Amino acid sequence: MQVYLPIAELSLNAFLLLGIGAAVGFLSGMFGVGGGFLLTPILIFIGVPPAVAVATQANQVVGSSVSGVLAHWSKDNVDFKMGFVLLAGGFIGSTVGVVVFGVLRRIGQIDLVINLAYVILLTAVGALMLFESLRAIFRLRRRGAKPHKLHQHTWVHGLPLKMRFRRSRLYISALLPLGLGFIIGVLAAIMGVGGAFLLVPAMIYLLGMPTRIVVGTSLFQTIFVTANVTFLQAVQNQTVDVILAFVLLIGGVVGAQIGGRVGARLPAEQLRVLMAVLVLGLGIRLSYELVATPPELYSVVLRNGGE
Amino acid sequence: MTKAGRSCGLVVAWLVLAMVLLGGAAAAQEPLIADASNSPNYRVEITTGFVGTDVVYFGAKEGPGDVIVVIRGPILDYSVRRKQRVAGIWINTDKVSFGDVPSFYAVASSRPLDELLPRSLRVQQGIGLDALDLPTVKSEREGDIDSFRSALLRLKEQSGQFAREVGKVKILGDRLFSTTVHFPANVPTGSYFVTVMLVRDKDIVSAQQVHLEVGKIGADAGIYEYAHIQSALYGLTAIAGALLAGWAAHLVFRMI
Repeated sequence: MQVYLPIAELSLNAFLLLGIGAAVGFLSGMFGVGGGFLLTPILIFIGVPPAVAVATQANQVVGSSVSGVLAHWSKDNVDFKMGFVLLAGGFIGSTVGVVVFGVLRRIGQIDLVINLAYVILLTAVGALMLFESLRAIFRLRRRGAKPHKLHQHTWVHGLPLKMRFRRSRLYISALLPLGLGFIIGVLAAIMGVGGAFLLVPAMIYLLGMPTRIVVGTSLFQTIFVTANVTFLQAVQNQTVDVILAFVLLIGGVVGAQIGGRVGARLPAEQLRVLMAVLVLGLGIRLSYELVATPPELYSVVLRNGGE
Repeated sequence: MTKAGRSCGLVVAWLVLAMVLLGGAAAAQEPLIADASNSPNYRVEITTGFVGTDVVYFGAKEGPGDVIVVIRGPILDYSVRRKQRVAGIWINTDKVSFGDVPSFYAVASSRPLDELLPRSLRVQQGIGLDALDLPTVKSEREGDIDSFRSALLRLKEQSGQFAREVGKVKILGDRLFSTTVHFPANVPTGSYFVTVMLVRDKDIVSAQQVHLEVGKIGADAGIYEYAHIQSALYGLTAIAGALLAGWAAHLVFRMI
């Protein structure tokens, strides 16, 4: 069954799209990330224009994050105060990101920047995660459960504007979550991702938040940042395809629920190794595409006014 | 369209034509009469399940001669970009823009185009892909324009928006003619220019325009227009829809 996507202006198989949504949803439910970083490259691969893929993806993440946050909220695992501070940074960041996106699109370098951003982030985050999780498994095997340290004191604790986050049991500078939110916001706009794969490790290792609170809080801020990206992309670039977003969302929420249940039964450390391998593999695959000689050197686009 | 559907369309076309011919002696005085199988509204409509369609162009000619049918989509400007390896990675570096480019182009003829018309006339009238002018609008790079122009032709052919082969115009009994033109799923929207020409002794002796409009209809057309005209409302609707869908999913899965 073909479905015509009015903004992407092409027909794709509805079951293929549902399947992609479900597969990515399954992984995201299992690993507790939005899955945008997986979905965007897949959409581009099956022929959706990168600009449409990124903007539509943001809209889809709004929906999947809502269902995720509600589940975490019912378990009281969301730090709303932290969420709002992250959000303030995220709003500024995503607004800046959408403007940058528009400029890059006009000068014809948007595809390159999207690709580069993916390569650098996926490879770096994947490698870090793999290293961290392997080391954790190693330690567990060697000494059994390691004694838990509340958090380490580093230079970040010397920053001004200190704020108390009760739910996370933290007393840190508001500049930290604000800056983190800003960076995630820029990436959300340019890459169409919720940014959880970056935000979650940053909240654990950089801010020192309890892991239990992290996923729910990151999803909470993701809703607003991706909603902001959706709105700005719709207004500035008209690249949000609601039909595509809706079909992906149906597959995605079903997949995420199943993935979440499967994930709950797997040991957390092994799960993180799997996730790291997946992220790293995708990063390596994309970097190969960047350096390999492309089959077609030329590309054609409609010339829009003002150029 | 299926084979059966196509031949059915052809039968209808011939019936219509027969009626036109029987309609009056006045018609017999015209050197060329042409019509399309999608009359009377002359539309190709893109719906949610659109996978492309065929339109039959047919008619009658008076006396000897060959028939050429040229279909042009809305005229637009295109930019062609070329990648080059910079510091190990492939980056878009050069750009050349072309104006007066038909967004869709197909031609059909009863005999090879070279045999019917001199090249100068084909270039002047834009008959045949090899005779399209495609002037540059603005170039960031002098010389080497030809490789960009041939890339434009090649990529438009690959997308199916430029018909690679010259279609066949069938002539029956030296009087009736017909040809089938395929419009792919990614056919550009807008007003088309369809010209049916009667060619005799290396010259165009008569020509007729047939109207063609390609447009989205139904929900898709609404969505597209809404996204472009009411962008802000569209964005808010998209967000509201996603929020609702996420909430509904949460409710459903809590029950299971």
